[in-house]
Amino acid sequence: MSVMVLLVLVSISMGAVGLAVFLWSFNAQQYDDMDGAAERVLIDDDEE
Amino acid sequence: MSYANATSDELILASRLLKNGQMQSELSVPGMKCAGCISKIEKGLSTLPGVVSARVNLSTKRVSVVWNKSAHTPPLIDALNGLGFAAHLSSVQGRTEDNELRRLIRALAVAGFGAGNIMMLSVGVWAGAGEDARALFHWLSAAIALPVLIFSGRVFFSSAWIALKARSTNMDVPISVGILLTFALSLYDTAAGRPHAYFDAATSLLFFLLIGRTLDHVMRARAHNAISALQKLAPRGATVVHADGSTECRSIDKIKPGMLLRIAAGGRIPVDAVIVDGRSDIDVSVINGESSPETLKQGDSVAAGSLNLTGPITARATASEKDSFLADMIRMMENAEGARHQYRRIADRISDLYTPVVHLGALMAFLSWLMLAGDLHRAVAVAVSVLIITCPCALGLAVPMVQVMAAKKLFRAGVMIKDGAALERLADVDTIVFDKTGTLTTGTPRLSHENDVGLHALNVAGAMASYSTHPYSRALAQVSRLSTPIRLEANQVAEYPGDGLEAEIDGVEYRLGRPDWAASLPTKKDADEKSCVALSRNGELVALYHFEDDARPSAGAVIKKLEQCDFNTLMLSGDREHAVSSFASRVGVSSWEANLRPAEKVKRITEMTASGRKLLMVGDGVNDAPALAAAYASMAPGSAPDIGRNSANFVFLNDDLNSIPLTIETARRAKTLMRQNITFAILYNAIAVPIAFLGLVTPLIAALAMSASSLVVVLNSFRFGGGKQSRTNVMKGRGLAKILLARSRVQIQ
Repeated sequence: MSVMVLLVLVSISMGAVGLAVFLWSFNAQQYDDMDGAAERVLIDDDEE
Repeated sequence: MSYANATSDELILASRLLKNGQMQSELSVPGMKCAGCISKIEKGLSTLPGVVSARVNLSTKRVSVVWNKSAHTPPLIDALNGLGFAAHLSSVQGRTEDNELRRLIRALAVAGFGAGNIMMLSVGVWAGAGEDARALFHWLSAAIALPVLIFSGRVFFSSAWIALKARSTNMDVPISVGILLTFALSLYDTAAGRPHAYFDAATSLLFFLLIGRTLDHVMRARAHNAISALQKLAPRGATVVHADGSTECRSIDKIKPGMLLRIAAGGRIPVDAVIVDGRSDIDVSVINGESSPETLKQGDSVAAGSLNLTGPITARATASEKDSFLADMIRMMENAEGARHQYRRIADRISDLYTPVVHLGALMAFLSWLMLAGDLHRAVAVAVSVLIITCPCALGLAVPMVQVMAAKKLFRAGVMIKDGAALERLADVDTIVFDKTGTLTTGTPRLSHENDVGLHALNVAGAMASYSTHPYSRALAQVSRLSTPIRLEANQVAEYPGDGLEAEIDGVEYRLGRPDWAASLPTKKDADEKSCVALSRNGELVALYHFEDDARPSAGAVIKKLEQCDFNTLMLSGDREHAVSSFASRVGVSSWEANLRPAEKVKRITEMTASGRKLLMVGDGVNDAPALAAAYASMAPGSAPDIGRNSANFVFLNDDLNSIPLTIETARRAKTLMRQNITFAILYNAIAVPIAFLGLVTPLIAALAMSASSLVVVLNSFRFGGGKQSRTNVMKGRGLAKILLARSRVQIQ
């Protein structure tokens, strides 16, 4: 029983961490330009 | 009228002043596609003098530029054109633009988290957890549900509360009552140790409702800022000349008829006035939509909002600010938008019928169970299941889901929807009204090919023209830029307002301008004189340059296609009759009217609307703005100035007229799917409500049925993209989220 309580709590808090990460990234406007983010990895910063 | 070459004036008008004194502008660049474009644009713009930073948003195909406000505005659009990208100005929107959407998405995320975790615990209970475990799971569910309801439920609670305070009701009232009652009942049952709790029903209900609400918000029309953009066209102050010759800067509302005003080159006319001294080329596109300015002199009247291009003028005010042309335009826009707000969206019409029925149904269920069975708990449970099963989830998704799918399809084709409800209206359109200049034509004068263009002469003309902002000069400068330029210092060139330019090169006097001024040619009347510029050397004619405003490549084909599809087409133009009639016969428009001022365009549109026709207005200029707002539905090309784009429901960014039939077709398909979805949602309720009423449904089953009906509606809407595309549903889902977020940032309006 106590093991189960522990597991349930662990799983919910893992979910909560996921939620917190989403809210953080959302507030940081990381979803505002998803196409751009996908393409920007290809830009070579060193090129001149 | 087109601002493919926006003047610095336009750039400043469309920019936003940041706190630190820098300016922020947004440009729409429909042609950007890849990482290469991003770095090219960002690097190209950042190297311009005065530019602080440039940041591309590829999803919305826009670039946001921050620049220092100094004497010189950076030539952003020219630079982008130089890099090979077509670009036009967009109105800037702040980061705070769509706080409501961000709030909804946060609420949606929290509700999704809550619903998922509570469902996980519920599965444990259904699987046959022991009594202790069940109680524990129920309490845990309650602990998750409470903060979720408080955080995510506020969206509905606050709106319901506002409605109740105003002694009215809306869709959010039964939703709030349903959610709160379910939660209260479950809490009571948990405390009493009963076997059933319905926290999962309450949270998943919230989750589904929020999906519908978020999509609906995304597709709702944003507050227009066309009116405020119009107001920005009027200068805040003007220079008043007193009788004793002294000048004073007055704010525009203190200008009275009869006052003498001085208007510098590059300034806008503050109020309606008559010129008493000076002559100048004046851009009167606010009245007639034409890109070529008119040469006005003493005795001519000028309308507020016109742009004085070349020379300083003194004018006597003939009207105060509130009686001037611009104020009339603003009033017309307000009237037109008021009329449009009377259009009731399908979803709103249904929800008005729906809410009282749901209230009454739940109340009846509660009362009859209370009286017949005498069991308060049972009566509440039945009432709750009626409320949940009738929750307008499927109905709430039926329309916005289709709108989002349509918006996505159109965005890929280069068309932006500004107002989801416009799709419903567009589907019913039977008559299409076109503007001429800038809509069916490109709006930018171009040197016509048939001229014999001597290279040296062209170089001289181009070098001189680069010192003028006249549209013909710009066209000349653009062409000669391709060949070896002649160096000219600014002090070598003199501009004669209304006439042209004069320059001395190697002791030879060149003149570029009106044929009768530059080369003493006899004045020709009407169209010829207007579209022709002469270059002379020491008074002798060297070359004549003719300019044309080309029809857009697809104009003829599109009009033919539309006529074949039984649309009536009509052209309403502010241009002169001669030009309009020859253009109409070239592209095949059978009926047209010329010389129309903005108010007359609106009048024609209201007349036709009154006679039962449903009009689509396609126009671009400031002069079309009231007509765009007055028509049943409206479209503008992406090259239109801010005000034109803001007044239209749809903007085709690709500047391709084929977007018009495509958009109408999409709107019709969207309307069909919306009808199907709504029919299904109503049918579902008709079946489910009696079952719930009889008490045969627990709140859990009600929640599942409700979810299933929502899913059916969503899947039906996905049929929109079906057929030709090979993309998977996962990709579609990603595209959906993209549109959702992109919309939050795009406001071409």
